[in-house]
Amino acid sequence: MPNAFWCVVEDDRAGHPKKVMAEVLAEAARLSGGRAEAVWLTDRAEPDGLRRLAEWGAGKIWLVEHPGLAPYRGEVWAPVVAGLVAAQAPRAILGAVTSRQREFLARLAARLGVGFAADVVGLAMDGDRLVATRPVYAGKLLARVAWARPPWIATLRPNVFKPADPVAGREPQIERPTVTVPDGALRLAERREEVSTGLPELSEAELVVSGGRGLKGPENFVILERLAAVIGAAVGASRAAVDAGWRPHRFQIGQTGRTISPKLYLGFGISGAIQHLAGMRTSKLIVAVNKDPEAPIFKIADYGIVGDLFEVVPALTEEFKKLLGK
Amino acid sequence: MRVELTEEQEMIRAMAREFADKEIRPIAADIDRGARFPQETVRRMGALGLLGMTIPPVWGGSGADAVSYAVAVEEIAKACASHAVVMSVNNSLFCEPVHKHGTEEQKKRFLVPFASGARIGCFALTEPQAGSDATNQATLAVRDGDHYVVNGRKLFVTNGREAAAALVFCQTDRALGHHGISALLIEKGTPGFGVPRVEDKLGLRASDTAEFVFEDCRVPVGNRLAGEGMGFKIAMGALDGGRIGIAAQAVGIAAGAWELALAYARERKSFGVPIGQHQMVQWMLADMATAIDAARLLTLKAAWLKDAGQPFGTVAAMAKLFAAETAMKVATDAVQVHGGYGYITDYPVERYFRDAKITQIYEGTSQIQKLVIARAVLGEA
Amino acid sequence: MKILVPVKQVPDTATQVKVGQDARQIETGGITWIISPYDEFAVEEALRIKEKRGEGEVVVVSLGPDRVKEALRSALAMGADRAIHVNDPAFNEADTLLTARVLAAVIKQEAPALVIVGRQAIDDDMGAVPAQLAELLGWPSLYWVMEAAIDAGGRTIRAGRQVEGGLEVFEAPLPCVLTAQKGLNEPRYPTLKGIMGAKKKEIKDLRADDLGVAPESAQLSIVRLETLPPRPPGRIIGGDVREAAHELVRALREEAKAI
Repeated sequence: MPNAFWCVVEDDRAGHPKKVMAEVLAEAARLSGGRAEAVWLTDRAEPDGLRRLAEWGAGKIWLVEHPGLAPYRGEVWAPVVAGLVAAQAPRAILGAVTSRQREFLARLAARLGVGFAADVVGLAMDGDRLVATRPVYAGKLLARVAWARPPWIATLRPNVFKPADPVAGREPQIERPTVTVPDGALRLAERREEVSTGLPELSEAELVVSGGRGLKGPENFVILERLAAVIGAAVGASRAAVDAGWRPHRFQIGQTGRTISPKLYLGFGISGAIQHLAGMRTSKLIVAVNKDPEAPIFKIADYGIVGDLFEVVPALTEEFKKLLGK
Repeated sequence: MRVELTEEQEMIRAMAREFADKEIRPIAADIDRGARFPQETVRRMGALGLLGMTIPPVWGGSGADAVSYAVAVEEIAKACASHAVVMSVNNSLFCEPVHKHGTEEQKKRFLVPFASGARIGCFALTEPQAGSDATNQATLAVRDGDHYVVNGRKLFVTNGREAAAALVFCQTDRALGHHGISALLIEKGTPGFGVPRVEDKLGLRASDTAEFVFEDCRVPVGNRLAGEGMGFKIAMGALDGGRIGIAAQAVGIAAGAWELALAYARERKSFGVPIGQHQMVQWMLADMATAIDAARLLTLKAAWLKDAGQPFGTVAAMAKLFAAETAMKVATDAVQVHGGYGYITDYPVERYFRDAKITQIYEGTSQIQKLVIARAVLGEA
Repeated sequence: MKILVPVKQVPDTATQVKVGQDARQIETGGITWIISPYDEFAVEEALRIKEKRGEGEVVVVSLGPDRVKEALRSALAMGADRAIHVNDPAFNEADTLLTARVLAAVIKQEAPALVIVGRQAIDDDMGAVPAQLAELLGWPSLYWVMEAAIDAGGRTIRAGRQVEGGLEVFEAPLPCVLTAQKGLNEPRYPTLKGIMGAKKKEIKDLRADDLGVAPESAQLSIVRLETLPPRPPGRIIGGDVREAAHELVRALREEAKAI
C-alpha cells in the first residue's frame, strides 16, 4: 500500500480548519487513492474542527497541540514535522497558498532536502511521479514541474481544486504523536488586527469585486463594497488604485500583491495592465466593466459591459438584490 | 565606430525613464492645464543629480558627460517637456557658464547650490527689441564704485519666477556694441530686481516664463562673470551647449508623441482592423520613426563631440534645427493619427503638439540655426 | 552592522516571454532584465537601516550569468557597498534549494547580522529561497515583512509580518532572515552620483569551488514550459445600463452558474 499524502492544516487560529482544506484534502485523496491524512500543528483544535477534517476526507489526523505552535514560527514547526516525516514517510506533503504555509513548506523541504513547488494550480500522477502545474512569468506561461524524490512538497492555490462532498458524521481518527516542540527564537510582541470589513478575505474569496483607476477616488469604493456585500464578495484593487493611496496594499491584486483564483471576478474601471492580470487571470469567470472599449481586460473577460461604472455598479447591485431576494 | 551607450549611460537613461514614468507622467496633464510649476518633482530631480549633470561633483554636480545629459533630457521630455526645459536651462544656460567662467568664490555661491538642485537658475538675454538679434542689448549696467547700477527689461526668461538667481546680460559699454556686453549674476531679492509678470503660453505651460525689470538695481562688481565685454561670448557659448539640451528635449517630445500614436494605432479600429494596418497610417508611423532616430543620432553626435573636446557648435545647431522640426512634424502627425481624439484634452497627444512648437523658436529659431550652419559651411563663422 | 541582500535578475514584467527551443527555459533574446521588484524593497530596507545606524555595510549577492552584473551594478548605484557575483555554469539549472545552499555558503563566509530578501522573484514566483536559506543556516525567519526596526545595540530586530487579517510583530535575535513585502518602503531611484560611483565599487566573482558547494542535480525541475490555453472569447453585453445589468446577472446565473 503506497504511503499517504499529508495535508498541512491551515486554521482560523481558533481551532477550526479553513475551508481551503476541503480542496487540499480532496486533491490528496484523489491522487493517493484515498490515502489523504491531515497534519495539524496548533495550540488549540476544537472537536468540531477535527470532525470537519474527517468529513472533508482526512483518513487520519496527526495532531500536535502545543501552546508553542501558535503563532506559527518556521524554526519551531520545521523540526516537529520533519520528525514525523522521518517516522511515517508520507509520499507527499501538501498545503494551501497562504503566507505562512508558503514559508513553512519551503522551509520543511530544505530541512528534508527535497523539492518544493509553490502556488500549484494543477496536479497529476505521471506513472510513479507527481507532476505539478504552476503559473510563472506573471502568469504568462505555465510550468510543469516534477520532483527528484518524495516526499513531494507543494502549496495549492485556493479555489482551484475541487472539494469533495463532505461525508457527514465521519468520526476523526486522531493520532497524537509524542514530539518535542523546541523553544524557538522569535517572540511575538504584538498582534494588530485589521479592522474587519465584514467581507471575505481576498485570497480565499470565491467572489471578488475589484476597482481600479476608473473609481476616481477612495471615497467611491463604497459603491463596490455595497455590491460586494450583496453577493458576499471580497473587495480588491488594482495597483493604480493602491499606488494612488485609495486602498491599503493588502487589497492589491496583481504581481506585487495578492494572486487570486475566484470563481467569479468582477473588475470595474480596471484597464488590465500585465501586473494586474498576473494576479487574477486564473479566475474561473471574469467580468469587466470599463468605459474604454479598447481596455486590455476585455481580451480576457468572459462578459464585458462598455460603460460608466458609476451607472453600471448601482444597476448591477439592484439586479443582484432582486435575484438573491435581498 | 560604435553607436551604443555605455552601461553607465544606459543606467542613467533607465533611471531618468523610470523617474519620468512614475513621478512626472502622472502629473503632466494636470500641471499643464493649471500652468503650475512642479516644485516637488523639480526638487527631486535636483536630489537625483539631474539639474547639474555635467558639473563636477566638487561643485555640487554629478560629473556626467554630455551624452548622458542628452539621454536624460530626452527621457524627461518624453513624459513632460516642461520639466525638460527647467532641467535644460539650469544645466546648460546657468550652471555650465558659471562653471566655465566663474571664480572660486562665484562657484561657491552660484554653482554649488544650483548644480545640486537646491536652487534653480535662469538665463536672461532676450529683450523686447533683442530676440534673434541678441547683440542689440539695451539693458545698461553702469559702474558706480564697486557696484554696477542695472536698468532695463528682460523678456521670456525660462525659470524666471522660480529661479533664485539669474545670469543677466547687460551693456557695460554701449560704444563697443556687442563687445560691450557683460554677464552679471544677480540674486532674487536684490533691491531694484522685479518680476512684474509671468507669461501665459501655448505650450510648456508648467514651466514659468517671466519678465524681469531692473530699476537702479545695484549689483556688486564681484558678481560679474569673466571680464567686462565678455558677456556676448559667454552667452553664445552657453547657447551652443543649450542647443544640445533643446535638441534632446525636442527628440523626447517627438518620441513621446510617437509612442502615443503607435499605441493608438494598435488599439483603435476602423473598417474592422486596427488603424495601424492601414497603409496611410503605416506611412506616417514609418516617417516619424525614421526622423526621430535621425534627430537622436545627430543630437548624440553633438554631445559626443562636446565630450571629446572637439568643436560642436555647428553640429549642435544642426541637431537643434533638425530635432525641433522633427518634433513639430511628428507631434502634428501624432495628432493626425488620433483623429478627433487627438484634438481633445482627454488624450495627452495635444500637449505634445503644443509643447513642440517652442523648440522651433527658443534658444535660436530654426531660421537662426540655418544661419549659423550656413555661415559654418561657407567658412564665414 | 553588515547586511546581506540576495537579489535576482528577472525579465521585466512588460517583456514578452516565449518558450525556448528545449521547452524547459525561456528564450532570453530581446528581454529587458531588471532587479526583481521585491528585491528592490530589500535593498532599500538594508540601506535605510545602515543610514539610520550611521554605520554598517550592505552587500548584494546574485547568482547567474554575466548579465547579472547589471543587476548588481543597479543595486550598487542605489547605494550598496559591494557585490558578490556567483557566476558558475554549474548552477545554471539550480532550483530554489541549490540556490539557497549557494547563498548559505556565501553567508557563512560573509557572516552578516541580517539577511533581507525579496518576498519572491517575479520570474518563477516560487518565494522559497528566503525560508530555505534560513533553514539551512538554522536562523529564524520572518516572511512578508511590512515594518522593521533594529535595537540600538544591534542585537535584536523587531519586525512585523503580514498575515491574513493583520500584522504580527515579532522580536528576534540577530542573525535573522527577513523577506521584504511591498509596503515595507518605497525604493529610491539611484542618483547620478550613485550611478557614476557604482563602477568603482567591487564586484567579487565566485565559483562553486570558492564556496565548497557541490553542484547537485535539482530536487525540483521543470519538465516543460507551456503557453496558457486561450480563454474562450468573451461577450460584450450591449444595451442601456439597466438592460445590460439585467442580462449580465441573468448570464452569470443561468449560463455560467457563478451566482
